[in-house]
Amino acid sequence: MLIRNILVALALIPATALASIQEFKLDNGLRIVVQEDHRSPVVVSQIWYRAGSLDEVNGKTGVAHVLEHMMFKGTQNVKAGQFSRLIAAAGGKENAFTGNDYTAYYQQLEKSQLPLSFRLEADRMANLQLTDEEFAKEIKVVMEERRWRTEDKPQSLVNEQFQSTIYRVHPYARPVIGWMNDLENMTAADAREWYHNWYAPNNATLVVVGDVKADEVLKLAKKYFDVLKPHVLPVRKPQTEPEQKGERRVIVKAQAKLPYVQLGFHVPALRDADQDWEPYALEILAGVLDGNPSARLSQSLVREEKVAVDVGAGYDMIARGQQALFELNGTPSEGKTAAELEAAMLLQIEKIKEFGITNEELQRVKAQVIAADVYKRDSMFYQGMQIGMMETSGFSWRILKDYPAKLSAVTPEQVQAVAKKYLLRDNLSVATLDPQSIDPNDKKTKAKPYVR
Amino acid sequence: MYASSLFKYILVVLFLWNMPAQAAVNIQHWQTTTGAEVYFVENHDLPIIDLSINFAAGSAHDKKTKSGLASITRYLMTLGAAGFSDEAISKRIADVGAIIGGELDADRASFKLRTLSNAREREQALDIYIKILQQPDFPEVVLSREKARIIAGLKEAATQPESIASRAFMTALYGDHPYALDSSGELETVSAIKREDLQKFYQDHYAANGAVIALIGDLSRDEAAKAAERIASRLPAASTISALPSVIYPDKANEQRIPHPASQSHILLGYPGVKRGDADYFPLYVGNYILGGGGFVSRLTEEVREKRGLAYSVYSFFMPLAELGPFQIGLQTKTDQVDTALKLVRETLDKFINNGITEAELNSAKQNIIGGFPLRLDSNGKILDYLAVIGFYKLPLTYLDDFSAKVNQVTSASIKEAFKRRIKTDKLITVIVGGSQ
Repeated sequence: MLIRNILVALALIPATALASIQEFKLDNGLRIVVQEDHRSPVVVSQIWYRAGSLDEVNGKTGVAHVLEHMMFKGTQNVKAGQFSRLIAAAGGKENAFTGNDYTAYYQQLEKSQLPLSFRLEADRMANLQLTDEEFAKEIKVVMEERRWRTEDKPQSLVNEQFQSTIYRVHPYARPVIGWMNDLENMTAADAREWYHNWYAPNNATLVVVGDVKADEVLKLAKKYFDVLKPHVLPVRKPQTEPEQKGERRVIVKAQAKLPYVQLGFHVPALRDADQDWEPYALEILAGVLDGNPSARLSQSLVREEKVAVDVGAGYDMIARGQQALFELNGTPSEGKTAAELEAAMLLQIEKIKEFGITNEELQRVKAQVIAADVYKRDSMFYQGMQIGMMETSGFSWRILKDYPAKLSAVTPEQVQAVAKKYLLRDNLSVATLDPQSIDPNDKKTKAKPYVR
Repeated sequence: MYASSLFKYILVVLFLWNMPAQAAVNIQHWQTTTGAEVYFVENHDLPIIDLSINFAAGSAHDKKTKSGLASITRYLMTLGAAGFSDEAISKRIADVGAIIGGELDADRASFKLRTLSNAREREQALDIYIKILQQPDFPEVVLSREKARIIAGLKEAATQPESIASRAFMTALYGDHPYALDSSGELETVSAIKREDLQKFYQDHYAANGAVIALIGDLSRDEAAKAAERIASRLPAASTISALPSVIYPDKANEQRIPHPASQSHILLGYPGVKRGDADYFPLYVGNYILGGGGFVSRLTEEVREKRGLAYSVYSFFMPLAELGPFQIGLQTKTDQVDTALKLVRETLDKFINNGITEAELNSAKQNIIGGFPLRLDSNGKILDYLAVIGFYKLPLTYLDDFSAKVNQVTSASIKEAFKRRIKTDKLITVIVGGSQ
């Protein structure tokens, strides 16, 4: 859902507001993309590493995210916790996030403070001190994070099982946060290995958006990042999910009141930004199903048939792992079962396969996408996210420019064609939440999320 | 090298504090002929208009027997107006790429509109927005459908530890005061809400007089005035809003433990905090940054997370409202660590209140809050929210201009004094959801 909204039309912005984007590459391989935006005297600086759960191996799931936590634990020059204190004292906000495809770190600052951000990021790209003592504390924090994000959230448990059902081979089967067993057995050495493998200027993109001048950003970046040495990166083997041959199902029991159901089909991710049209048609399809409250799923299933209290659909075309899903999810109304909702959602798909979509629906989705892109310009952070995700996934930010034309070229027939081609029973996976009532004194009722 | 650079930043920030006051945002303010207050910022950088209208119609204006009514009224207004169905409204808004949003908290009900500023898009979006505000239909079928969805949500929430903790905490903190009421209501009260209740709540709470309209973006003062005039022209005539009662402080400490089988326990602690415009607001705000508001550098994060790995998230905040909003500390931790974590949080709070803070901590807090001030105003969306707050709580028009100076006036003594006087640690409300009986 997030990425679906990212790929939007820079070219449709009026010339007065159109910010210039410039890119550079240092000799050590660090890529730099600068988008000038002079509306406010602030800057956001993000550094994106091509290292995410996609690059992990069994037994060490979650290490990309654990390393993200450890990056705040000090270098030879900056002791543990000081990174955050220095940014805070400069009036900044900072944090980091890890996904399937990337790990990214950011600071938002008044514009004159950009050198501090570069100095600290360059320092921790090469000089991180990963002590056993700090690791021992932080791994406990990460386990608490997993409990909070996943263990105690029934729909998160369903999603985790859904991913590892629809993917059997590809690393997208594994949760970004990592399996609890892997976290329990992770060591500081695992984190060190990850850091030495992937944290290098030739595996990173620096994205800066704000009230800055691109040439000055380049000069500043050279000052702090030029000294860093490139590494030989581990070989990344191509990993492909074998074609699914038959429907897959998984049931998760957890304490909850309402059931929940998640459906997915394997569909193409964007590979060739010039030639591909199917990803754009799939994106329109997601918009027709769930782009606004009057879109098909909500209108039919929530408002008219009242079979659901909530429904959604989504598609992400951008993936470094070159695998993508078309997903549907929903919560049945009281008195309706997950099976009834699943059937109702699949019927909506069948209707599109048989009768297609209307031109009116198509135009509505296009209007929303175009407007949403203008709105996104009100957030420098989000503009940086667009660029960072593109670059990290192996695409240039330049393909953003062609995006509106690609999307506008999609026809109702193409939308129907991708539905017919990919949204097939044998290509379907379904995960269902089977809600369990709560008896706090009976430990046996507790869900066993790892057991399928 | 590090020490010298750090020194440089301190100097820069000190310099900022001494800069002559200049308008952070140029706010224009007037009244419509119907008595709505308008706050406008003209900004043509992007072809966007953002606006909101705010009414004293939040959940604290619910009666206990009709808890949830304020929220349902606000929501249902968007689902049928002037003969347009919910589907027709959604389509007309989506067709021009506009977004209708809005929020409801204890004090306030708001409706937001974001639209492209081109005449065609703007007019179609504004037309629907105005119908929603002025001619809500409250269709019977929509009401029964939405009630069923809300009730399903309430039943689900009743199984989830975060929601259970939050409701129990507000009830224990506020007793009979309407701030104890949850905006989503209760199973019995929502079930009993009728169409007439919505119509009456609308008539009683949605008058132009007292409403606050915030506007920012790509339109002239003249266009803004015309839009505001239209928005506020045919709202209900009379308003019978009574002021909220004062909050009564708890007379003794109260700790509740609610069993739950989740792997983590959820802990909330608190006390009635501050009002908007409260004289103690800035000392409490700056002090709270040091205690638990300042992200990774707060005392609570340092003690609970950084030093001991007891929680992923631990925080404290003041939520200023028309009457005393909550001061709240929260965290989640593996259930067998609850007592350790709770004891540590209490010790950290006690030490903070009894011993006060260091000058170095105060300086760091000021550097962050003042140095980061431009980040508060770096988008139209953020400024829109400030306009609404300034108008709704009748804060001075110079609130944003004065903000940094007010922060700078705070001393370690004023923080210690304000916390000691306002937060009674021997009368704290504590709720723990998790563990067995």
